[in-house]
Amino acid sequence: MHPALSVIAFTTLSGAGYGLAFVLALGHGNPVFTSTKIAWVLALAMIAVGLMSSTLHLRNPQRAWRAFSQWRSSWLSREGVMAVLTFAPLTLLAAMSIFFGAFDLRLGYVGGISAALTVFCTAMIYASLRTVPQWHTAWTAAVYLLAALTSGMLIYFTLFGREAGTDSNSIWVLLSLAFLVVTWLVKFIWKRRAMRIGYGKSSMESATGLGYLGEVRLLERPHAMGNYLTDEMAFRIARKHEVKLGWIETLLSFAFPMTALFVSLMPEPSAAAALQIAATVSFLAGTFLDRWLFFATAKHAVGLYYGGEEALQPRD
Amino acid sequence: MTMLPARPTPKKLGLVIDLDTCVGCHACVVSCKEWNTSGYGVPLSDQDPYGADPSGAWLNRIHTFEVVPEGGELIGQEGEARVVHFPKSCLHCEDAPCVTVCPTGASYKRAEDGIVLVDEDKCIGCGLCAWSCAYGAREVDIAAGVMKKCTLCVDRIYNEKLEEIDRVPSCVRTCPAGARHFGDLGDPNSAVSKLVADRGGFDLMPEQNNKPVNKYLPPREKRALGEGARTTAVEEDTSGASGLLGWFDRALSGTPQEGKAQ
Repeated sequence: MHPALSVIAFTTLSGAGYGLAFVLALGHGNPVFTSTKIAWVLALAMIAVGLMSSTLHLRNPQRAWRAFSQWRSSWLSREGVMAVLTFAPLTLLAAMSIFFGAFDLRLGYVGGISAALTVFCTAMIYASLRTVPQWHTAWTAAVYLLAALTSGMLIYFTLFGREAGTDSNSIWVLLSLAFLVVTWLVKFIWKRRAMRIGYGKSSMESATGLGYLGEVRLLERPHAMGNYLTDEMAFRIARKHEVKLGWIETLLSFAFPMTALFVSLMPEPSAAAALQIAATVSFLAGTFLDRWLFFATAKHAVGLYYGGEEALQPRD
Repeated sequence: MTMLPARPTPKKLGLVIDLDTCVGCHACVVSCKEWNTSGYGVPLSDQDPYGADPSGAWLNRIHTFEVVPEGGELIGQEGEARVVHFPKSCLHCEDAPCVTVCPTGASYKRAEDGIVLVDEDKCIGCGLCAWSCAYGAREVDIAAGVMKKCTLCVDRIYNEKLEEIDRVPSCVRTCPAGARHFGDLGDPNSAVSKLVADRGGFDLMPEQNNKPVNKYLPPREKRALGEGARTTAVEEDTSGASGLLGWFDRALSGTPQEGKAQ
């Protein structure tokens, strides 16, 4: 699939925003502290910028309001509705912290659950597509939710959680390490499945119904040049560098943050803060790359009408 | 509304495409573009049409496949390799995922005849319906930024201003080989339903569970090239020739007395 930068930026950025909001909404961060107030503003800003960038891939964004209407059948519509609804408790919680230094746990639960549901709806847009077997699994939702939560947790802990004191520092580090491991493990399961499944049950034989005669190959495409379908679904694939990029992704979102957080446990306060922030930045970069690969390496059933595996070879 | 209508719809209008008779001339492709660029909705634009990298929105495309029988690697090595021309347009699925994924209600399936359409005034051009379609039946018009798809020529088939013979989709009317048939596939007694039953018409990618309405007819059993041809010429049988022709036969064969001898 064509990896649209606006969609990747949206899912990673607003995902991290919802993750941070989730951590804050569950009562972490003293609402009186300036750092907590800044954290609320950052969470809402990341969500808002992400949502705005998601409208960039629309070709008629002036009609985007209509997308709130079909929540009964469409996950994309549900995501839009949830995104707007989630703003209510989150903005209220942020305002309570910023203006009154207050917090309400019941409202926090509402905000936290709404944030998680919004990320779930985003994931389900992809997980519900039968045409892309790599995405069509509950693991996709697990990957999106965990990536959002771990991003938010790392941002909170490394940038804003320091005021809580050194006692809880090691607890946060251990918690972060646990989340990094779980996130990596779930992504690993998703990737293993994705690599094996390919086109799933579909093949050029089932796509053409000619399998009873023998092996089907593409002789001629409909037109000599590309079209919307090949641009969007069959070409522009990073297959050539898929394995290398996968290793870089593992390094960024797992190996480096793990090592940096481990080392930060040593008694060197100033270097520890820098290491922890580096771990967060590295994880966010890794998540961005992971999301890019999520799109770029996905095989869509329509590729079968354009030569199947042949259609996915890089043009070089 | 992007909920699907109650199933089955009373009528299931669709196409039956004969892979045996299609010659791959692309006449249906061109006539489709011609009719639909000036009919329902915005025109079907082209980008860089005379340049180095032309592209454009088409609602009907013909792919050409070759089928190599089992055991063969090269064409003709094993059995009879075939070339099959494969027209492909919207299959107006009963369980159309392109309808249910639409966030705006632009994409809908008509309750009365099952035709899947796009209300272009509501379309935001997000492209999710095209992602959900396994058949590549939907293409964004880059100029207008809305989704285009086969309308089954909804502006022809009910159009009483047209002669009755023209009240079929443009591709069906145009096909010079008679490879495309239009009708109600929900009625088991319709001509198209009988054709599907007779010829063993099939669904594309049934495993995707879209329940496509359009059906494809398989290529007929083919005799191998050269099968039935005589390897050596056999002398013609002229016994029973009489009269002038009999005399010629005897004279030219060099056996003039044969007839008399008998």
